[in-house]
Amino acid sequence: MNTQSIATPGSFRDSQISESRGIAPAAVTAMQPFYWSVRRELWENRSIYIAPLAAAAVTLLGYLIATLGFALSTTNMAQRREALEGPYSFAMGVIMGTAFIVSIFYSLDALHGERRDRSILFWKSMPVSDLTTVLSKASIPLVVLPVLSFAIVVATELIMLGLSTLVLLASGLSVATLWTPVFQMWLMLLYHLVTVHVLWYAPIYGWLLLVSGWARRAAFLWAVLPWLAIGVVEKIAFNTWHFAAMLGYRFEGGPEAIPGVDSFFDPMTQLTPGRFLSSPGLWIGLVVAAAFLAAAVRLRRCQGPI
Amino acid sequence: MTVIEARSLRKTFGKTIALDGVNLRVDEGRILGLIGPNGAGKSTALNAILGLTEYQGELRVLGRDPWDERDQLMRDVCFIADVAVLPRWMRVSQALDYVGGVHPRFDRVKAEGFLAKTDIKRASKIRELSKGMVTQLHLALVMAIDARLLVLDEPTLGLDILYRKQFYDSLLNDYFDRSRTIVVTTHQVEDVQHVITDLMFINHGRIVLDCSMEEFESRYLEVAVHPERVAAARALKPIHERQVLGRSILLFDRVDRGQLAALGDVRTPSIADLFVALMGNKPGDHAGEAPGAAR
Repeated sequence: MNTQSIATPGSFRDSQISESRGIAPAAVTAMQPFYWSVRRELWENRSIYIAPLAAAAVTLLGYLIATLGFALSTTNMAQRREALEGPYSFAMGVIMGTAFIVSIFYSLDALHGERRDRSILFWKSMPVSDLTTVLSKASIPLVVLPVLSFAIVVATELIMLGLSTLVLLASGLSVATLWTPVFQMWLMLLYHLVTVHVLWYAPIYGWLLLVSGWARRAAFLWAVLPWLAIGVVEKIAFNTWHFAAMLGYRFEGGPEAIPGVDSFFDPMTQLTPGRFLSSPGLWIGLVVAAAFLAAAVRLRRCQGPI
Repeated sequence: MTVIEARSLRKTFGKTIALDGVNLRVDEGRILGLIGPNGAGKSTALNAILGLTEYQGELRVLGRDPWDERDQLMRDVCFIADVAVLPRWMRVSQALDYVGGVHPRFDRVKAEGFLAKTDIKRASKIRELSKGMVTQLHLALVMAIDARLLVLDEPTLGLDILYRKQFYDSLLNDYFDRSRTIVVTTHQVEDVQHVITDLMFINHGRIVLDCSMEEFESRYLEVAVHPERVAAARALKPIHERQVLGRSILLFDRVDRGQLAALGDVRTPSIADLFVALMGNKPGDHAGEAPGAAR
């Protein structure tokens, strides 16, 4: 019998206890409730990171089967090169599109789920203000998902680029044209995420959060139908589609609307932050987003379980 | 020191009056039982105290206005609403992490100590725990917070008698001291009769009875009257009379104990019996909803 192994569990327990005692009286700073509120959103909504990761996995699988498979099966070196340089903007589009869908569904449920399952009474029994709660929920589509999807796109593309590089080098081809547009592409992606997915879409997320805090049920219908109704009324009354066009302009990304994902790859595409920042649509949108969020904070103060 | 002070507290929902000018004062170190039928205004009163609902009138909790300062107030106030409010998707370890993260007065070692006495596993999700275990977990979280006021709204709803007894035992033994204050509402009044220090009945948004338990015990007496003394007993104006197994049980308010002893066996009534006497018999009231009677 080994006597040492008997002593181990006790001493392990002791060290655990003394460790947790060290953490216990930690002071709570102003940022801590916000930090833990964001963490708890990630605990509850694991789709925030699982969905973009799954999209990345699917794209990688597609890349392995279609691109690598085709490139290795063809003996035409020009075709092989073309195939290996192709699929990056597609991967980017799939992951960002997934993140956008997750953002929409997350926002629609963010202030609804806690009322539906009565857990709002638990959250409100903690010293966390309604402002902190709403801001932490808004930060998921406005900060967490853009950062996360950027990181996942870069990681996915690095894997694809690495494999392509191996195949090209093994085929005795140059990798220069493969890697040249990469950093331009990532810079464009970052710019696109910040301008369109964060700043330009902010009022969309603000509206969805507001509806999720207000609707008792069918939050999706409440989020969509009023806008549809305004468009239809305008069509019947004036026979015009200005309102629908305005909404379309918002969804397309306004002045930063991309003509197609391939423009990310095109070194001729210019970043135009000046034009973007001077567009009134951006600033009106941000003011509207702030108003929606302020209304959501006020609503949460009054709302209880449903 | 006054923990809760309310003056002419009013709250209406449309035409329904939930609180109709409630005056209330709870001092430090008391355990107040707030008893009333369904829809009497108990939960509305608690929600106002916790800053969950707007109200008219004056209300201070620990010197703060609960509606305007809920988040600061919650550093000193804890509450357990009922058994079903802990988020079902959360793991026990996450609940400990979260409360430790946002609450400056949470002592994690203490909470772990309470949990060690239960069968709750850190890795379990709350949806996997039984009702009784969820309450144990919530109580462990709350008792590890060094708060000055604890509000319990039907904390033992749907629990069996063992869990209920355990709940109040640990509350008294491991948590309560003279610097803390507890307000509890429940329909299971027999559970709290020997726990509370003060008793309050509320009905139709008004306080019907407000007394300390010492006052309750000296003021109200119940007599199982000998059959031949019933007429004499009735002459002393009992506030309530009921028949149990052919014997008349009469309830008296402020009648001399010696005088009553001559009529039959004298004892302190249960809170449930007093509740029925004060509220159960009036037409239009919730006669069938006397607390404790149904369970």
